[in-house]
Amino acid sequence: MKRPVMMKKVKKAAFFILVVLLVIVYVSPFMVMLLTAFKTNSDAFTIPVKLLPRRWVTENFPAAFAAIPYFRYMGNTIFITALSVCGQLLVTPIVAYSLAKIQWKGADIISGLIMATMMIPITVTMVPLYKIYSQLGLTNTYVPLILPTFFGKAFYIVIARQFFKGVPDSLIEAAKIDGANHFTCYGRIALPLCKPVLTTIGIYAFLDAWSDYLYPMIFITKPDKYTLSLGLQQYMSEFSVDWARLMAAALVFVLPVIVCFAVFQKNFVEGIATSGLKA
Amino acid sequence: MRRRKTRREQKEFLYGLLFAMPWIIGFLAFSVYPLCSSLYYSFTKFNAVTTPQWVGLDNFRDIFSDPLIWKSLRNTLFMAFVSTPVNLMVALLLACIVVKSFRGRGLVRTAFFLPSVIPMVAATMVWIWMFDPTYGYINNVLGFFGISGPSWLLDSRYTKWALVLMGTWNTGTTMLVCMAALQSVPLSYYESAEIDGAGAVKRFFYITLPCVAHVIVYQAILSIINAFQYFQQVYIIVTANAGVRGGSAAGGPENSILMYPLYIFHNAFTYLKMGKASAMAWLLFIVVAVLTVIMTKVTKKVTEDAGGE
Repeated sequence: MKRPVMMKKVKKAAFFILVVLLVIVYVSPFMVMLLTAFKTNSDAFTIPVKLLPRRWVTENFPAAFAAIPYFRYMGNTIFITALSVCGQLLVTPIVAYSLAKIQWKGADIISGLIMATMMIPITVTMVPLYKIYSQLGLTNTYVPLILPTFFGKAFYIVIARQFFKGVPDSLIEAAKIDGANHFTCYGRIALPLCKPVLTTIGIYAFLDAWSDYLYPMIFITKPDKYTLSLGLQQYMSEFSVDWARLMAAALVFVLPVIVCFAVFQKNFVEGIATSGLKA
Repeated sequence: MRRRKTRREQKEFLYGLLFAMPWIIGFLAFSVYPLCSSLYYSFTKFNAVTTPQWVGLDNFRDIFSDPLIWKSLRNTLFMAFVSTPVNLMVALLLACIVVKSFRGRGLVRTAFFLPSVIPMVAATMVWIWMFDPTYGYINNVLGFFGISGPSWLLDSRYTKWALVLMGTWNTGTTMLVCMAALQSVPLSYYESAEIDGAGAVKRFFYITLPCVAHVIVYQAILSIINAFQYFQQVYIIVTANAGVRGGSAAGGPENSILMYPLYIFHNAFTYLKMGKASAMAWLLFIVVAVLTVIMTKVTKKVTEDAGGE
């Protein structure tokens, strides 16, 4: 009887060690970012490399904010992000309602097409889009970044549709017997019900817009229009030896995302688990 | 009676169309139109300012005689067929851990998933810094164990392995999907296997794996598709290392991380050969479309073989 108990303890200990090791590995890049941001640059470049700063300094933050127009980039990013989130929140539930709660032939076809568009490589569409936006004189404006968000994004529509499918048809049927049309059903019944899924979509939309790199890189070339992603990348390619400041700049960029994740973790997990997809 | 029904149906159809209209317009403007004009552009020659001129199959001839295309294709295939299995195994391992119930499980799950939501530019920056041959943490940790680490992103023999390593940090989404799949395996299967005396390893290979096989196959193909579109991280790396020894703004040391989509991007916006870029992009599109069809077919088949879900 004693041996199995021992075995169980050994197994438990092995599992514990494995988990701790993996957690350390997964957390370490964050620690590297955090700790380097509080080192002096010469400290970051001293051998032997120490994990902790020899001297904790905060000067990297003001220095990074001064080296590039950091707050201007942040303002640009906030502007784009705010409008993008509005666009997605406005349009996604409308389209999802049509696909889940209106009985019409197009619903299945469109649902299929939506899944298909997720597979279209951005490298295929970027040249024509660039051409059209530049002909319209819209490069170096935020139109190419914001406009698409007002037409719905496949991933969000799939999540919202899934949610609406769970809303009993009888609710809407009952309202229709009372003479309500789909506008009233949507505004009075469906929309108020879908607050939780709107939160999820809002968070994803915030993250997508805040982190987006490819679209700004294609459409924005004027430095004063840069987003944070673009600004940081340019900063790094110009001063690739300034790692303490670079990490400070990156840390401030990442912080809102971590806070958002910490608060809304449940929504993230649900979004992926219900759709089995990635944004 | 019948007329009324059709009228009702018609009304529903109009409502449906109206509510779906935003997406339909967006689909035409941001997917259908670019796809069609990209096909047309692939038979033309133009840059950012000139109008496209018809050149027939010139772009495709150019592509098939360009040695860099083949190089970039090999690099992309490496990512597709090395990175994918590595990531899947890591994701499955992490999922097996977080599906268990133990104290601190929520925190562990957060630690595994958080990297997936970090903005790509910031994440790539940290990794470039960690991969620094002399001052980076990775080589210093390896040095602690007496291993002298390679130059990672600056040595063409190790660049792609560095990318594979970087990719494993980003498996949170796959982990969550696998976790959901693991949770759906009926507990009674395990219980009866345990009564029959099957060990943990046997249980994993004979119960867990078959039960989640369709999810894994789906994720594998999805991740191959993603590998064919993988280039933004590489672009950030090559521009950051452009000034460093051995670096090149085009595709890293000896073009060892010039991915196929990155080469498309360079052709379009660096060399301004937008016709050639469109032709390359359409070839990529065909490959991705074929993979997508295979994905849906295979997933269906695996699900049916497993007795449906």
